[in-house]
Amino acid sequence: MYDLIVVGGGPAGLAAALSAYENGCEKILIVERDLELGGILNQCIHNGFGLHYFKEELTGPEYAERFIDQLKNTSIEVMLDTIVLEITEDKQVHTMSKENGYQLLQSKAIVLAMGCRERTRGAIQMPGSRPAGILTAGAAQRYVNIEGYMVGKKVVILGSGDIGLIMARRMVLEGAEVLACIELMPYSGGLTRNIVQCLDDFNIPLYLSHTITDVTGKDRLESITMAKVDDKRKPIPGTEQVIDCDTLLLSVGLIPENELSRNVGIQMDQQTRGAMVYENMETSISGIFACGNVLHVHDLVDYVSAESSLAGKAAAEYVQQQNNIAEKDFLTINNGQGISYILPQKIRKENVDKKVDLYYRVNQVYDTCIVSIQHQGEELAKFKRKNLAPGEMETIPLRKKLLDKVDIKELDIVVREA
Amino acid sequence: MAEIICIVCPVGCHLTVDEENDYKVTGNQCNKGAIYGKQELQNPVRTVTSTIKIKAGSHPRLPVKTSDTIPKGKITDIMTLINQTEVTAPVSVGDVIIPNILDTGVDIVATRSMS
Ligand SMILES: Cc1cc2nc3c(=O)[nH]c(=O)nc-3n(C[C@H](O)[C@H](O)[C@H](O)COP(=O)(O)OP(=O)(O)OC[C@H]3O[C@@H](n4cnc5c(N)ncnc54)[C@H](O)[C@@H]3O)c2cc1C
Ligand code: SF4
Repeated sequence: MYDLIVVGGGPAGLAAALSAYENGCEKILIVERDLELGGILNQCIHNGFGLHYFKEELTGPEYAERFIDQLKNTSIEVMLDTIVLEITEDKQVHTMSKENGYQLLQSKAIVLAMGCRERTRGAIQMPGSRPAGILTAGAAQRYVNIEGYMVGKKVVILGSGDIGLIMARRMVLEGAEVLACIELMPYSGGLTRNIVQCLDDFNIPLYLSHTITDVTGKDRLESITMAKVDDKRKPIPGTEQVIDCDTLLLSVGLIPENELSRNVGIQMDQQTRGAMVYENMETSISGIFACGNVLHVHDLVDYVSAESSLAGKAAAEYVQQQNNIAEKDFLTINNGQGISYILPQKIRKENVDKKVDLYYRVNQVYDTCIVSIQHQGEELAKFKRKNLAPGEMETIPLRKKLLDKVDIKELDIVVREA
Repeated sequence: MAEIICIVCPVGCHLTVDEENDYKVTGNQCNKGAIYGKQELQNPVRTVTSTIKIKAGSHPRLPVKTSDTIPKGKITDIMTLINQTEVTAPVSVGDVIIPNILDTGVDIVATRSMS
């Protein structure tokens, strides 16, 4: 019998396990399907991690290693090369591995930290033929950075998410030519700093409001056709342009990997595509928590670690008290005008110490604006923000003081003009 | 006046740098931005991250980085040297792989341990 089983050994799983341990949880197990811990960070060899958390700029592997090292002085157990097939409401965990075959483990609490996977060509319904040379940016990242294979010479990138931008620079450094980065939306999906240091530094053109309308090549990719799109994102006839290339990298978004969560019946959020969670990252099934990219897609691992520490601490508290806090009164946080999602979605006041950090994304670009916490149209708190973009996750604090002041069941978070 | 975006941290402040007034920076949310803005116009620098071949390791590639920033113009030459280098496991994170690359005073160091 375990106190806590953590599914996934990426930065989220590691931080959750360590925090549960620090908060008095004793029998903790991390189950990871890969051969090593660290998750996606192992292939993210670029720097830019840890500025908030460690106050210095680390690469992905360095960031992961700091957490993995901390495990050494604890009793936390790790099962590698083992996949979790199913979890149940009463906290049973079904696993499978080469070494131990099928196993059924029992726990008191579970933290879900499975991360996310990339959207593929199928998920965006791209037209044209099906030659080799079309792969996701993350798959290319793994080939180049871990396996040491170069994936192509003349490269086009579809989508301006961070992975695509990072890979554009990586391919140039390894001697490839990156001809274009093509983005459907009128703004980039990645961090501005990545546009500057990955595209601008290497004179790679970024085509906003463009898409790919055709792909040619028999065995290997030979060319793509790019066209401008109108404000309904439909290609504009006559704007087509053919680009000869042998490789197309897709950076068209990430999808939280939630099969386990859905199968056990956890309530999901349509917007985040992750679980609906309370203030302490507990899902609709008490004793099951979720954090990291499986909960919502993060651009910054620092936020992943912070959120996951919260989940780990809450799991430890759950194990120690075994009380079903899920049934207490809660208030709902709604995403209003201008906000595409907000999290946590539900808050139980009794569990709030000083404040809850609300994580959100806006649904369009804003220069200067006010992010406002409202109740039936009345503004209870406001935060001035600058340069908000859908590609960047933001946070505002929801203070306990405010929660205590009013007896409300619902709050709306909206963006308005300054 | 030059308008640039600070790349020191993910906030990405929009900086205005006044070349005529000792590269005075405005629009920065912290002091790092002021230093970056001045530097970027006078002598832009970057951190380079890449991989090198490793023998007998758990993977065929070892991730590495420059221990400090290097002038932007030296990136290509540094990559050439990195691609000519090979090491043998075990390696610890922080180990110096190429000391003082191109006389920059900056080392190429391992960014993970591998055995
Ligand atoms: C390409 C890329 C570039 C990035 N660049 C930056 C950056 O510059 N700066 C920054 O701060 N952040 C960056 N991020 C974001 C950050 O790395 C992620 O937000 C973070 O790694 C997410 O952590 P996680 O633990 O939730 O997921 P992951 O790291 O994906 O870990 C999930 C783990 O769960 C395991 N798993 C999944 N399902 C199962 C199962 N059923 N059984 C067992 N194990 C399972 C997986 O194998 C994996 O190891 C980047 C992300 C990506 C993808
Ligand atoms: S000025 Fe400071 S806060 Fe703004 S991007 Fe630069 S380092 Fe970050």
